[in-house]
Amino acid sequence: MANLWSMLTATRGKGRWDWTDWVSYSYLFLGVFLMFFPVIWLVLSSFKTEADLQRYPPTFLPYQQETVVVDGFDEPLPLFRMTAGDYEGQTLAQLRRVGLQAQMIDPANPGERLRVSINDREPVQGVALALENYTGLFERFNFLRFFWNSTFITVTATLIMLLVNAMAAFALSKYEFRGRTTVLLLVIGTLMIPQTVVLVPLFLIVSELGMLNSLWGVIIPGAATPTGVFLLRQYMITIPDEILDAARMDKASEWKIFWRIILPLSAPAIAVLAILAIMWRWNDFLWPLIVLTQSENFTLQLALNSFQGELQTDWSSLLAMTVLTLLPIAAVFMFLQKYIATGIASTGGK
Amino acid sequence: MKQRILTTTLLTSAMLAGAGAVSAQEVRFMCYSDGNECEVYEDVLNRFEAENEGITVAIDVVPYQAILENLPVQLAAGTGPDIAKVTDLGGLNEYYLDLTPYVDAGYWEASFGDTLDWYRGGDDRQGIYGMHSQLTITGAFINATLFEQAGIEIPGEDATWAEWAEAARAVAEATDTPFPMAIDRSGHRVAGPAISYGAALFNEDGEAILVDDGFRAFVQQFVDWHEDGTMARDVWAGQGGATYQDAAQEFINGELVFYYSGSWQVGRMNEQVGDFFDWQVVGSPCGPAGACSGMPGGAGIVGFAQTDHPEAVAAVIDFLAQEDIYAEVTARTSNLPAHLGVAAAGVTYEGVSEGAQAALNAFAGDLPDVAPAAFAYQGYAGNRAMFGITVERVSQAIVGELTVDQAMERAAADLQAAMAETE
Amino acid sequence: MLVILNPLMRIIEIPMMALQRLLGVNRLAWVFLLPNLLLFGLFAFLPVILNLSYSLTGGDNVLLEARPYVGGRNFETLTSCSSFLDPNTCIEDKFWRAVWNTLWFVTLQVGIMVGFALLTAIILNRDIRARGFFRSVFFFPVLLSPVVVALIWKWILQREGVLNAFLDWIGIGGFNWLIDAEWAFAWTVFLSVWAHMGFYTLILLAGLQAIPRDVYEAALMDRASPWRTFRRITLPLLSPTMLVVLVLALIKGVQTFDEVYAFTGGGPGTATTFIIQYIYEEGFAGAPRLFGLAAAASLMVAIVLVVLTLIQLWINRRNVDG
Repeated sequence: MANLWSMLTATRGKGRWDWTDWVSYSYLFLGVFLMFFPVIWLVLSSFKTEADLQRYPPTFLPYQQETVVVDGFDEPLPLFRMTAGDYEGQTLAQLRRVGLQAQMIDPANPGERLRVSINDREPVQGVALALENYTGLFERFNFLRFFWNSTFITVTATLIMLLVNAMAAFALSKYEFRGRTTVLLLVIGTLMIPQTVVLVPLFLIVSELGMLNSLWGVIIPGAATPTGVFLLRQYMITIPDEILDAARMDKASEWKIFWRIILPLSAPAIAVLAILAIMWRWNDFLWPLIVLTQSENFTLQLALNSFQGELQTDWSSLLAMTVLTLLPIAAVFMFLQKYIATGIASTGGK
Repeated sequence: MKQRILTTTLLTSAMLAGAGAVSAQEVRFMCYSDGNECEVYEDVLNRFEAENEGITVAIDVVPYQAILENLPVQLAAGTGPDIAKVTDLGGLNEYYLDLTPYVDAGYWEASFGDTLDWYRGGDDRQGIYGMHSQLTITGAFINATLFEQAGIEIPGEDATWAEWAEAARAVAEATDTPFPMAIDRSGHRVAGPAISYGAALFNEDGEAILVDDGFRAFVQQFVDWHEDGTMARDVWAGQGGATYQDAAQEFINGELVFYYSGSWQVGRMNEQVGDFFDWQVVGSPCGPAGACSGMPGGAGIVGFAQTDHPEAVAAVIDFLAQEDIYAEVTARTSNLPAHLGVAAAGVTYEGVSEGAQAALNAFAGDLPDVAPAAFAYQGYAGNRAMFGITVERVSQAIVGELTVDQAMERAAADLQAAMAETE
Repeated sequence: MLVILNPLMRIIEIPMMALQRLLGVNRLAWVFLLPNLLLFGLFAFLPVILNLSYSLTGGDNVLLEARPYVGGRNFETLTSCSSFLDPNTCIEDKFWRAVWNTLWFVTLQVGIMVGFALLTAIILNRDIRARGFFRSVFFFPVLLSPVVVALIWKWILQREGVLNAFLDWIGIGGFNWLIDAEWAFAWTVFLSVWAHMGFYTLILLAGLQAIPRDVYEAALMDRASPWRTFRRITLPLLSPTMLVVLVLALIKGVQTFDEVYAFTGGGPGTATTFIIQYIYEEGFAGAPRLFGLAAAASLMVAIVLVVLTLIQLWINRRNVDG
């Protein structure tokens, strides 16, 4: 029992392996599987053809039926391996299928037509990546334009949000002024209202401000987030006031204190918020969908969802597009992740 | 090229786009695709631009959700595109541009006939508001190979829903197929069978009532079929709200004997079933009331009255409505024509197999069976509310949250509340 | 980046210093707050006020000025039940189904998620190899858009999905998880824990690492049992972080929408329809759009959330004081 609880407390720096380590590592590897497998599945599936996507049981790797070009036929013919009947063991190409019978030929001897039952054969399949899912995207629409729009929105909105939220959090954590509690409550109050429920009034306001069909219409309304203020404030409270007082003694302006002391010291929290902000903006769908109606302003998420029609969804393109939109954000994360790690470590050591 | 795109993008964003430069006659066309429609329009409209100096058409391909949910709000706020491909045909009527002054009304009446009514939304019997670009009709697909394997004869032309259910069950049992039947999760899809069961949907005064004895009879049958395993539960119980769900995947995988969907699935079946099995289109089964009705539907292209360039908008739509262009688009997108001239001449579809061509023709041939109530329902401006209510309440009955009686009571009450709000 | 930002900050410093001289240090706080409050005012409070006006009107017109005033009728419609415990007795049965579903969901989801986040944070706080890697692994799903999360899992769980293929392979028959009300609900909880746990783990981990090492060393010297150390040292010192986590998790839990909407659509029937989905469908996606009813429902939710948060803050304050 004691061991179990020693696992629950910080036990850094122990040399030997006991069973709590085993439990910890098993838990972590289970986590790796649970968190990663679905995403790997998504990536692999994005290389499957539309027909392959619909097959059951699903295969782990993308497969396609192999074909062969036979003299005298324009189209490549699908290959089958015979599992029973007169031609068992041979690999034949199919000309056409009628009901339960198929007309096939031996690619080595294309002159002779053979009739076989479709139950006596199975398709020859090989691993093949359906790269057309990806290349098709670039032909189909102006991918670069959408990528630029998404990037512009994400970067601008994140910078504005970090600055504006950090300023507010600074005021709420380091100043004593009348109305502070009220403002804090208002901020928490804002937290209660998800954008989804105020979609219509918000749309009308943005429309009045003339920001429809403009990237700014997406950037500005989301620039102040209560979550951001709340997170940063909780973090900034832990920064000792003495540091600020010392800076004031040195005649630093308040802005300089904010910029030179508070912001760098809040780096870990800001990094977390930056990741969140980037992710929110990059993945944002519902709001851009209503603000942006002209394709030169479209974001990747809008393009992604345009594969969903009323009655049909183009899954193979949609999955390929999903993977493409995931790549930049994964890259950003890998970059910022180190920064969070060092940030947390340095505050932890203090 | 890359450089230029980037520079123009930078410029547009710098100008806070939208407020930026708009060419003399730029027409924005908000389009959504179920297949390749928007691509084909773009191609065809390039020719229009070449013929009409000074008008440019910009096609904005959006998710269907944008058309369904956002477009009405944008229109109400006085924004939005000049042209759009819509499915809520009568519901958006108040925003449509009347094309009558700009086009040859005689040609339009002769070519599009009854479908023009769907865009008029109510009392107006005159205006020309939209071009029905793709006609759809609901009907059933069957897996003929499974019937063959089971050695069961495919029911004939005027077989009833009950006969089909029995045959499908027998086939499924004989071939160890998981699902005998499925109907798409959509209020539009069950409307046809409900009408065949005697649902009138409207009362004598033409007011929508949705629930009557005929409707209730079909819902009861439908729920029973879910309980005894005739219907694939996955479709109606696998979703909530009014969300659309089809059963095409099950059918394509050969796990479904009888699939009630519609003409728009032909392209997909053609492409994805491939050689796996033989499928056929058998139209809409008959009900005890004698009718064998499917449900017409589809999408159309409309212009909006708030546009700055009504002539240009009308010119674009009129161009698409010309017989040769309409025939070409229909052939390339594998849709049924609503244009009577094109329909009479017959369409040779491009890039589809013989089977798919036959299937599309079978659907087209089923049109005369469509009951007047089905046409009226499709043209009714409030039909989206009725479709939504049907799906929500019938689903609740299927999963057992409500009894059929409770569900029907709720459905009638929902419709009344909805109508009270919109009056 | 700093090359651009540094000069920018210097430029901002000039007016800020002037303002500081003019207003004094403490009133400068308002200047720091101003941009944020302006944005909140325009894009958060104003919509809420508009929503309040919407909730008092009827009809399906989008424009407020064209909507007839109906007083408290929308609130009456929402709250007329013979028994609040049985949605079938309510006029707006869907609203009450959504309310009860949400309550259940939040209770389970917040409890399970915060529990696992704490466990994960504690394990990650141990001296393990490749800590950075494991930390990113758990955070990774947070990066996925809700729609992608739903899509991935829906696909794994569907009757023809990989989970059933696996179960088939080991000999347990396949099953469509999402057509059974209880399973669908359970998977919804799982999905949302999966998607958001990483965020809370990270916050808790930061909190754990901020606890000075010497406190533990002192406890070790006193031969305090590990459980005691955990309860008497770790938990209390973690409580400010825990408060952030609980408040955020609770609020976000009640607001769960996108991923579940894309995952189950709220089904089967209404088994996973939560309150925001109800509002979205009534006011935006459905036909006709009942903005009034949706606005009324959203205000009721906001009020409940405010009360819940205040209770949490109050409990926390009492604990800290006591």
